[in-house]
Amino acid sequence: MEASWLPAALELAAGGGAGLSPEKRAVLGSSLLLLQRDYRFERVWFWGCIQGVRGAYYIAEGLGPDRAAPRSRLYSLNCVEWNLLPPVTEEMVTQAEHLKGRFQGDPSFEYEYTEINAEDAERLFEDGKEPMIKEEARLVATIEQIDRAVGIIPRGAFVKTPLGSVHENRNFEGLSLTEAKKLSSYFHFTEPVNLKNKTLLEKADLDPSTDFLDSLEHDIPQGSWTVQLEKGGTVVVLRSLLWLGLTFYHVPMTKQYGYVYFGTGEKNLDLPFML
Amino acid sequence: ERGHGPYQPHEPGYGLYQPGYSPYDDQIPNPDSRMLAIQNAKAYLLKSSTTSGLNLYDHLANVLTKILDEQPTNAVDIIENISKDVKWAQFRKKMDTLRDEYEILPRFEAAEKRKALFLKANGEEDEELEEDIGETPLPNVMETAFYFEQAGIGLSKDESYHIFLALKKLISVQPIQTCRFWGKILGLEMNYIIAEVQYHEGEEEEETEEEEVTEEGGKGGGEVEDEEEEKEKEDEPPKSTYKPPPVIPKEENGTGANKYVYFVCNEPGKPWVKLPPVTPAQIVCARKIKKFFTGRLDAPVVSFPPFPGNEANYLRAQIARISAGTQISPIGFYQFAEEEGDEEEEVEGGRDTYEENPDFQPLSVAEMVDSPSTWVHHVQSILKQGRCVWLNPFQKSEEEEENEEEEKAEEPDVLQQELQQEIGPPLLTPLSEDEGIQNIPAWTAQLSTNLIPQYAVAVLQSNRWPGAFAFASGRKFDNIYFGWGHKYSPENHAPALPPPVQAEYPSGPEITETRDPTLEEELAFKAAREEALAAAEEEEEEDEEGIEDDEEEDDD
Repeated sequence: MEASWLPAALELAAGGGAGLSPEKRAVLGSSLLLLQRDYRFERVWFWGCIQGVRGAYYIAEGLGPDRAAPRSRLYSLNCVEWNLLPPVTEEMVTQAEHLKGRFQGDPSFEYEYTEINAEDAERLFEDGKEPMIKEEARLVATIEQIDRAVGIIPRGAFVKTPLGSVHENRNFEGLSLTEAKKLSSYFHFTEPVNLKNKTLLEKADLDPSTDFLDSLEHDIPQGSWTVQLEKGGTVVVLRSLLWLGLTFYHVPMTKQYGYVYFGTGEKNLDLPFML
Repeated sequence: ERGHGPYQPHEPGYGLYQPGYSPYDDQIPNPDSRMLAIQNAKAYLLKSSTTSGLNLYDHLANVLTKILDEQPTNAVDIIENISKDVKWAQFRKKMDTLRDEYEILPRFEAAEKRKALFLKANGEEDEELEEDIGETPLPNVMETAFYFEQAGIGLSKDESYHIFLALKKLISVQPIQTCRFWGKILGLEMNYIIAEVQYHEGEEEEETEEEEVTEEGGKGGGEVEDEEEEKEKEDEPPKSTYKPPPVIPKEENGTGANKYVYFVCNEPGKPWVKLPPVTPAQIVCARKIKKFFTGRLDAPVVSFPPFPGNEANYLRAQIARISAGTQISPIGFYQFAEEEGDEEEEVEGGRDTYEENPDFQPLSVAEMVDSPSTWVHHVQSILKQGRCVWLNPFQKSEEEEENEEEEKAEEPDVLQQELQQEIGPPLLTPLSEDEGIQNIPAWTAQLSTNLIPQYAVAVLQSNRWPGAFAFASGRKFDNIYFGWGHKYSPENHAPALPPPVQAEYPSGPEITETRDPTLEEELAFKAAREEALAAAEEEEEEDEEGIEDDEEEDDD
């Protein structure tokens, strides 16, 4: 969620019982602003918190002029001092997928590879490195996976300019209540995968400036999002069942929206059994 | 073909040449035709579109009006969007009334219900003055929410306050002795807000009647089946030798897993629904399945092994498991009541009652965080059987079988001997005895703040049941649960496989297939048989023909 909307947004996204203590809330107001100044971000998003066994990581993302460009990610253990995370690579993501279990809470903790293919093992041994992954790399990979899989925005909130860069849509007045209850009004804020598979008829109805992302309708498995109206029907809250802990909120007919992750950073692979 | 001349407004190329610089300047038409050109231009702009009925002139006027009214920054960059919005606004007006009527209703109803929470009933004012306010069973939800908020856990203040008032309403309706906000379980369509309640003694509602009725109905059905079987003595399929394992009776209300009664509602403002007591079979099955809650209490739970009940039962079973695993209190807060009958209670499976310790000395917050042995469980753990107090199910079954008509002489004696008493950790065991999962400790303890340790709160999070929290600060402590209602397991959930197919019949020599005899064997058999018959022919002359007929048939 936008750093400037943090106080109000935390109240709206607190339906799941997770939030921030007053101390963290107070310090985030200033530390995120300083982040913006130091790193010259145009926008700073408070991404959420990954709960480790011994400590928690608080994550923030910084966006540049093109909002769809790869974002810089920072983590902090106390919301006061922030450290930049290395940019994510595909290799990191594939390595981190093998890891199971909770985060430890210590960024320099090294995981031992327990299950690896024979090919990967040979490759790694040839390099002379032992198969260990640092928790930092796992953190980066997990955040990237979560953003790719369940980072969502309402339709119309961002527009693509003819030059290809993406900006906030200043004319976005919010979704109407009927639209807000439909999964097709929300998009994944990442490189679209299914867009080119649509039929020509469907593509003709799309508006290239706002419909340049994948919508949630065709997510697999179906039913991996819950849509609820909270606070007496005034806030629409979407929760992901694939990554338990991701909460997206939107107040219909207003500009307020955002998503935040409060959880353990583990994918819910039991989802098909649980539905 | 026409030559290139002064371009008229409707021709392409019009406007490319600036006045004064056009090669045809000396041919500028006279002012009259300029007026004509302007009128033509305006007439063109006023032409209505065939598809939408709008015309460009009005549209441009609207757009410019909007821009001048709102004065957005960098208007030229967003001019296309403004234009689109103006067009969209054209359509909005017509549908406005219809949509309003339809949309607003559910929201307004919900708001009405929430507002009703805040209204005081007429008779309440007098009653409150009479009662001693210190003895109300209503928990101070806002105070608990404050402490949990210091750790970053909890719902928004609005919602907490609504829950506070909803609990107050519950207490005014039911005869409740103690009440506690247990927590919130999230679901697919709706969420559950759960209150843990104890009735006054003797005021429990009689639910046992309903269960007895269903048991008798089951027995009646069994008797009818017996009669039908006796009628069909011909072609009876072999009777099934399957004996279902004995049903373990549930614990009495007020003891063990059913110590507390739970009420749930979907949202504060909606009526509270009482959950039925939990049976051991439900707990045993709930351990094997992992399903999301939908939010409707009557929804079926489709799973394997099939869950005996609907979502209300599954919810109750999960609440029982979570309570047994994660309800903790600082050591010394509760102590065992000292009675003379202590020894007898121990034999039955441990003590199950406790009382508050009037001499409780709270430990410092730092000590509570450092060592897990400063906390104890104050809810009995549930055994593998599904109960808190072990019960041998075969003692009762002997009496039942004597009464029945059928002779089930084959008692499962072997099974009786194998069942041993299950023992679980006794009440008030410290957390240091809790097993972790792989290399993760069962609980994570933190201080709420490192900056101000004087007023910090000790907070514990459960790693086995993610979402269960407990806090302690001085004499105050509480437990709460916010989550989806499932246990944590690092391994993926592997559903139970269906049991192997039962053998239909015991295989014996008379029905097992044997290899068909070869030709040599048949001839040898035939030769041997003829010899035997030749010997028998001399003795019995009457059977000759019959045997010869049989032999001819065998040859075929």
